[in-house]
Amino acid sequence: MRSKMALYCLRGAVRSNYIRRNYGVCGVQLFNLYSTAAHTLRVNQQIKEKRKRALLGGGESRIDAQHKKGKLTARERIHLLCDPGSFVEYDMLVEHTCSDFGMEKQKYPGDSVITGHGLINGRIAYMFSQDFTVFGGSLSSIHAKKICKVMDQAMLVGAPVIGLNDSGGARIQEGVESLAGYADIFLRNVLSSGVIPQISLIMGPCAGGAVYSPAMTDFTFMVEDTSYLFITGPDVVKSVTNENVTQEELGGAKTHTTTSGVAHKAFHNDVDALLQLRNFLGFLPLSNKDPAPIRICDDPWDRDVPTLDTIIPQETTEAYDMLEVVVNVVDERDFFEIMPNYAKNIIIGFGRMNGRTVGIVGNQPKCAAGCLDINSSVKGARFVRFCDAFNIPIITFVDVPGFLPGTGQEHNGIIRHGAKLLYAFAEATVPKITVITRKGYGGAYDVMSSKHLRGDVNYAWPTAEVAVMGAKGATSILFKGKPDVSKYEAEYVEKFGNPFPAAVRGVYFKIGIELLFITTVSS
Amino acid sequence: MKAETFGSPKTRPGEQWYKLVEDASEKKRHVRMADEAVCIGPAATKDSYLNIDHIMLAVTKTGSQAVHPGYGFLSENAVFVEKLEAAGISFIGPSVEAINGMGDKLESKRLAQAAGVNTIPGFDGIVNDADHCVQIAREISYPVMIKASAGGGGKGMRIARNDDDARDGFRLASQEAASSFGDDRILVEKFIDKPRHIEIQVLGDKHGNAVYLNERECSIQRRNQKVIEEAPSVFLNEGTRKAMGEQAVSLCKRLGYYSAGTVEFLVDSEQKFYFLEMNTRLQVEHPVTEYITGVDLVHQMIRIAKGHPLLLTQKDIPIKGWAIESRVYSEDPYKNFGLPSIGRLYKYIEPLHVPNVRCDSGIDEGSEISIYYDPMICKLVCYGNTRNDAINTSLEALDSYVIRGVTHNIPLLRDILTETNFIEGNISTNYLSEVYPDGFKGRQLNSTDKQHILAIAACVFSKMDMRSYTFLNERPSTAKRKEPAEWTLVISLFDEELQCDVKKVGNKFHVHMKTDTLSVEDHINLSSPLIQTNINGKPIVMQLVSKDASGKLQIVYQGTTFTIFVLSDKASKFLKMMPEKPTVDVSKVVLSPMPGMVKSVSCEVGDTMAEGQEVCIIEAMKMQNSLVAGASGKVKAVHVKAGDTVGEDDVLIEFE
Repeated sequence: MRSKMALYCLRGAVRSNYIRRNYGVCGVQLFNLYSTAAHTLRVNQQIKEKRKRALLGGGESRIDAQHKKGKLTARERIHLLCDPGSFVEYDMLVEHTCSDFGMEKQKYPGDSVITGHGLINGRIAYMFSQDFTVFGGSLSSIHAKKICKVMDQAMLVGAPVIGLNDSGGARIQEGVESLAGYADIFLRNVLSSGVIPQISLIMGPCAGGAVYSPAMTDFTFMVEDTSYLFITGPDVVKSVTNENVTQEELGGAKTHTTTSGVAHKAFHNDVDALLQLRNFLGFLPLSNKDPAPIRICDDPWDRDVPTLDTIIPQETTEAYDMLEVVVNVVDERDFFEIMPNYAKNIIIGFGRMNGRTVGIVGNQPKCAAGCLDINSSVKGARFVRFCDAFNIPIITFVDVPGFLPGTGQEHNGIIRHGAKLLYAFAEATVPKITVITRKGYGGAYDVMSSKHLRGDVNYAWPTAEVAVMGAKGATSILFKGKPDVSKYEAEYVEKFGNPFPAAVRGVYFKIGIELLFITTVSS
Repeated sequence: MKAETFGSPKTRPGEQWYKLVEDASEKKRHVRMADEAVCIGPAATKDSYLNIDHIMLAVTKTGSQAVHPGYGFLSENAVFVEKLEAAGISFIGPSVEAINGMGDKLESKRLAQAAGVNTIPGFDGIVNDADHCVQIAREISYPVMIKASAGGGGKGMRIARNDDDARDGFRLASQEAASSFGDDRILVEKFIDKPRHIEIQVLGDKHGNAVYLNERECSIQRRNQKVIEEAPSVFLNEGTRKAMGEQAVSLCKRLGYYSAGTVEFLVDSEQKFYFLEMNTRLQVEHPVTEYITGVDLVHQMIRIAKGHPLLLTQKDIPIKGWAIESRVYSEDPYKNFGLPSIGRLYKYIEPLHVPNVRCDSGIDEGSEISIYYDPMICKLVCYGNTRNDAINTSLEALDSYVIRGVTHNIPLLRDILTETNFIEGNISTNYLSEVYPDGFKGRQLNSTDKQHILAIAACVFSKMDMRSYTFLNERPSTAKRKEPAEWTLVISLFDEELQCDVKKVGNKFHVHMKTDTLSVEDHINLSSPLIQTNINGKPIVMQLVSKDASGKLQIVYQGTTFTIFVLSDKASKFLKMMPEKPTVDVSKVVLSPMPGMVKSVSCEVGDTMAEGQEVCIIEAMKMQNSLVAGASGKVKAVHVKAGDTVGEDDVLIEFE
């Protein structure tokens, strides 16, 4: 503990020196000894002017154009994201280095991105916000360097990086330098992965190679109607494949949150997105060295939840909404669902229990009977690995009839994709609590954070049934060719349609709805 | 054994209560309160509560000696009583003859006339078809009431003011009658305008004694179903009360009626009263009578069934204080004063902490309100020494009644109880349509109310903001960390916007709006559904329904839920720059107003429909609702067919 504290202090010291030396608004020139009074005043004036220009980005008319599109400017976004007065800007006066195509005559202090750190609900975060008003937010080598600097800094301090993306793509005038810049960012995305949380909020176009940075961050959020993500835009698509497609269809928020699964959530507009992002950060630890945060909790940890008694229908084939179970269990029904519209047969997201962040994974019987398929396995696996990397306990609600059969699934590799979820649960060493609410059938039972994959505490509700497969399928194999298979079906149900077979083998901690146990374990 | 909830049965020594249960209500409260529960079939009532064979099986299986039928379902079914009697089991209710005599509206009218009871002019016979219905209606002269001969409780009843109404009414009423009672006979009678519905509670024993237990005023109704009942009535004078009571008793004596019963009257503005019908069972609203007379009606029914003579005489029956029953329904009062709503009650707290409050309910936290039954959640009965006391108690109880998960009618109940006409006792069965001619729009706020709601919203927001800074296990950061104590907020309610400054000072929030500063005590718990705090030292009760990170709050004030947006001034400034999202045009579609089952579809793709023409019928909670085209046009698509189950706001039919 003491060594950790020392490390923090050291880091703090290093950071403040670093800032003072290199990035303070009063740059190094001010301390030069040879200046005369007049010279000092002139420099002061220059600094003031440059800062003023930097604050204006691409100028009034471009700011108006940005607003007309229903978008905030890069600075306004940061202003809203950070606690009042907490943003510290880096490299405000830096300028691009390109001298081709007349670029040397067009320079904007700070170039096309704003970087720095600030506080979000009192906690530090590093951020960059691409400025579409300057060269369409295009990525120059200096733009990339600025981003890399905050990413390095965030790694050093151990704090999240937030990217507000709004960029037309590479700065074509700079050629390979711009491409190199992308690669520098990609590398840092990879090196930071699992060390600090990385979040991308796509607030405008993000096309070409640029898309791979958000793709490698932990969470990619989008803004409805104003943001796009694609490798190639509609024009290129048209010329190559002769397909007619709009930007929105090709890579809009709806496409990516429902069809492709590229983005994790979409928000109504810039303001909604930034406010929700502030809220979302409250669920995450600052780095992999920090515990899952505990926020002050007003919801009694031992609250009785009679609703849980009635959610599971008596008919075992009847669907119900697992989300009801989830919101009734977490503090104040406050559940931040990730990818709510993609692979809806699995629910993932963050909630709190007695104030501490927990990751929730649940099969959703309402959609495709809650089966595991390629999309839901990949969705679940990535989430479980995130929780594992960042010390967030995982609570799994199981009601799974099995993996989805069919050529569509097999040919597309359900085996290797399903394995990802299995691997993720087995690998995870954070506290794992599993509640079998109803079905746990076949291999899918094993996958869903079973006792056998180092589940810490596994519960079965009285409605639980764990078996290799459903009664009909099982009896048709066991009693193949025999007449009157249906009578064996009843026998099978009697035997396996309850929590006892697993309970007598010591698989569960307890049968029954004992939320009390769940909350104590997680807090 | 009893088949429906009438509050908590007081188990007396040696009594064992069994409870009949169908699948859908297995986990409801009445099941857990009974000593033992017996399953009688699936959720649909015709296979469970209305299935005599299933119930007889349960009765014999448990070895019960007597059956209390509750109200509704088989409580007025003579066949059931005959079967019970044949099996040697007593029925806690009246005789077969009484049920038969009063159960049929034509027969009951004849009997009432014979007993010297005033009756309404009408057609003495069965209506054959829609044309016959129109003809009779013309003879009696409009307006007329078309109702199921076997019916009761408002089901299968329609008012017709012209020939078209009469035709539609006949068709709907006979369909409803067939589905609810298995008997589609219809009758027509004169409809009395501006009537009051006042009923007399009677008790008779098997020895020829009968008494009346005064009246209940049940005029506040929507679609002929009662919403608020009270006892006594503000309207009756002692003479009328006595006259009505005596006629009711004379009917009982004439019938040889025993057990509890209710004689319903329509009373016009001159205190002239007409016999409507007699309900040969315990009524939903019986608790108000119990409150003012002190008589336990269920207890009396059991005594009478055992053959004991009544110990009460007419002079033993007082009017003591005032009782008001508000029926809390799971329905949306903004749609036609109440269209059914379904869902699971994820939070449910009855206001039993308020003195003189009784809640008779069949549900509990976690219960699911399904489409199979009446959407009644609870009978909230409040008592006071005077009518004012009873009203005030009702208000207090409704304000702290927590119901989450379904839409409910508390906004309407709460509003009626403070409405001038109601307070003055100036009511009739047309009350709702007269007081709210454009439908119920929620509580209308005065400026102080508005200020209070906004102040509470501001405090909730500030409290949430403060909490979002308080992490218990963070490493000490290099940054100076301070939770905020001052906020400049912009709050919008409806389309109004107001700037507001909040300051946390000690245990108080100082909320400055326009020229006023309110001081709100910080008793706000963000997890609690109730907000009970003081504004400028005055106690106030509100409810916090939901809150989210985008600043949307839902707060219940005096029954009505208000949606309020609270944002910091900078977020609000930025939000104004955001473009409005286009809304979906719903004028070209017919949406299901509630969850239910499609009974019939009366249009096809390509049909040209006139505005107001019926396109389909949705049945839910045993009520049929005819949906009409919102504008004239050609049908583009029909998404449902008869028998489909639909959810609220599902698109049923699209127009070109």
